[in-house]
Amino acid sequence: MANVADAPKDSFRLSMLLYDTRYRSLTIQVFVFFLFMAGAAWLVDNTMRNLEALGKDFDFGFLWNRAGYDISQRLVEYTNDSTHGRAMLVGLLNTLLIALLGCMAATVIGVLVGVLRLSRNWIVGRLMTVYVEVFRNVPLLLWILLIYAVFSEATPAPNAFRPNPETGIADRSMFLDAIAVTNRYTALPNPVFSRELGWLDLGLFYVNMDVLAVIGAVIAGWFINRAVKARATRIQEATGERPATWWSSLLLLAGLPVAVLLALGFHLEFPELRGFNFVGGLNVSNSFMALWLALSLYTGAFIAEIVRAGILAISRGQSEAAFALGLRPGRTMNLVILPQALRVIIPPLISQYLNLTKNSSLAIAVGYLDLRGTLGGITLNQTGRELECVLLMMLIYLAISLVISAVMNVYNSAVKLKER
Amino acid sequence: MTKSVFLGTLTVAGLAAGLASAATLDDVKARGELNCGVSTGLTGFSLPDANGNWTGFDVSLCRAVAAAVLGDGTKVKFVPTTGQTRFTALASGEVDMLARNSTWTFSRDTDLKLDFVGVNYYDGQGFMVRKDLGVTSAKELDGATVCIQTGTTTELNLADWFKVNNLSYTPVAVETNAEGEQQYAAGACDAYTTDASGLAATRAAFADPENHIILPEIISKEPLGPAVRHGDNEWADIVRSTLNALIAAEEYGVTSANMEELAANSPNPEIQRLLGVQGDLGKMIRLDNDWAKRAIAVGGNYGEIFAATIGEATPIGLARGLNAQWTQGGLLYAPPFR
Ligand SMILES: N[C@@H](CCC(=O)N[C@@H](CS)C(=O)NCC(=O)O)C(=O)O
Repeated sequence: MANVADAPKDSFRLSMLLYDTRYRSLTIQVFVFFLFMAGAAWLVDNTMRNLEALGKDFDFGFLWNRAGYDISQRLVEYTNDSTHGRAMLVGLLNTLLIALLGCMAATVIGVLVGVLRLSRNWIVGRLMTVYVEVFRNVPLLLWILLIYAVFSEATPAPNAFRPNPETGIADRSMFLDAIAVTNRYTALPNPVFSRELGWLDLGLFYVNMDVLAVIGAVIAGWFINRAVKARATRIQEATGERPATWWSSLLLLAGLPVAVLLALGFHLEFPELRGFNFVGGLNVSNSFMALWLALSLYTGAFIAEIVRAGILAISRGQSEAAFALGLRPGRTMNLVILPQALRVIIPPLISQYLNLTKNSSLAIAVGYLDLRGTLGGITLNQTGRELECVLLMMLIYLAISLVISAVMNVYNSAVKLKER
Repeated sequence: MTKSVFLGTLTVAGLAAGLASAATLDDVKARGELNCGVSTGLTGFSLPDANGNWTGFDVSLCRAVAAAVLGDGTKVKFVPTTGQTRFTALASGEVDMLARNSTWTFSRDTDLKLDFVGVNYYDGQGFMVRKDLGVTSAKELDGATVCIQTGTTTELNLADWFKVNNLSYTPVAVETNAEGEQQYAAGACDAYTTDASGLAATRAAFADPENHIILPEIISKEPLGPAVRHGDNEWADIVRSTLNALIAAEEYGVTSANMEELAANSPNPEIQRLLGVQGDLGKMIRLDNDWAKRAIAVGGNYGEIFAATIGEATPIGLARGLNAQWTQGGLLYAPPFR
């Protein structure tokens, strides 16, 4: 301390900016900042000049013009009379759908494989290793194309399910009379409600009230169940005896939603071949299936490695201690190892979710119309607004990624080691 | 190091984009090669053979322009473009002209900042289905799955036509004709729709063309023509004149075979002006007076090119129809050369 105070108080000289360690880092930062701004300014200026040279302006007005093209998979109301903005929304929802289902499937696959790879069963362990290495080391695009090719080349056309007019027998018959895998789509039974509660207008789109009612029942059941369990714990702490809650849990978690489903007249509508195609059911296109499977299997391989690393990071002493307490291996895994491993697993898992979401833009290879296919594909091309479309698309992907990391970070802070 | 390379690339990209709007003619001459945007592969229109030589109806137009400008019909770099990339490729200066089954529409001509300089094939959109489907009219396609190339006019026409006729369909988006062909052949769609000429070309490439029919309905007007960037009128004049020269040559009976003889002996002043024996037409588009002769010499006049690439004697077997000379009841009508 003393020698700093005693240092001679020179008057400030310009060269100190460079030679005095007190100022140097500031100088460098200011310098880098200016370089960065100059680079950005140059890029913007260059873009504007070239746009002008091409006689093009920068305008997002096209988003309110009629799109004019059709999209086969749409989660919200859309016709070719809708606007380009609406087409963008349809694409965005398709992206979110594939990302959500992909992340879910990849997590399930990843956790299963990651755990099984550590299995003492030699053949199971080796098989999982083969899966991980094969999927991790071949480009995702090839997997998408391969799975798509299998779907479109190795499965029959819808026509093959039509009974031959003479013999009355079809080449192929539907699985359980409910599912038909064709070279265009997989026809599945469609869940429907016979008692319509109507639609909730959310401005951008409508939401089916029946679905909301079921979701509401599930959430309500879950919360009430938690309260019941908390009460049981309180009684247990007070009296030492825990009242049985399994039957109320069963009723609340399963019974309540099922009751609501029944009340709303929930049933399945089965697909049937009429005209060129299956109608009545839910036709899940092959491009969706191929993309979903490839994304899940590919990302699942990475997640498996993350899970394995997370488990190996927990010292053997933990499982030995659990065994010593008499816990069975399954419970040891669920109650001791996994909760601790999660702390190691979550951060890299976030980046896998982000990867999967961004990788879903490879949908273009199989003609699945996601955000890249609508806004960044057809709209871009039909309107010629390259810069606007690409910027908007980048912004949206950025926003999705930030939201995913934000949500996952909240979860991460919930499971991470609580330091007091 | 990496950073400086990156910035360097940006600078070059910026410069290239900046130059694109300058005089295309000077660029092409300085480069010694014409960059011509064609399709990724459509039998009869533009397709590379086993040795990488491009041939076809659209390709011949590129070669004619190269011959007129550079004196050599082989000095062309063919750039394959998809329905989605073609206009960006042209606007960014990657190609000097497009000859790629592209429909001349109002918004492409104006909003996309392109200039269509003429029509080299009057077409319309049709449907192809397997014969064993038992469909004889497009109106029977209710509920069908239809393969459609994205980024095209045909994609928009399809949506409009089904709506107007109160029919439903499921679109299957494909990126290139090859992909559409494969999907259609695999049965992933009931019908394939695109320009009728493209359907004929696609069918000709099948192993069993007799098992597929093109339905009688033509649902749109598709004037296909070469396009250049908006704003370079001099270059537009050259491409337009070359196309017109090929058309006029057929009208006046000038072929690649009799061209030299006609240049020497023809009493027709129009032919003499076209072939540069009389007048100074070439100078008016900043070329020499033999430009049209060279253009015609590469693949012959319009009729010769048509017959050799897509005409009735080829597997594609397209009749002249609307694409006959105006004197034969068609729409081809080149302005006078004077
Ligand atoms: N004329 C339409 C369609 C053009 C088009 O894409 N045609 C197809 C078939 S006729 C084609 O040339 N495909 C070749 C390729 O995919 O590269 C347009 O300009 O939008």
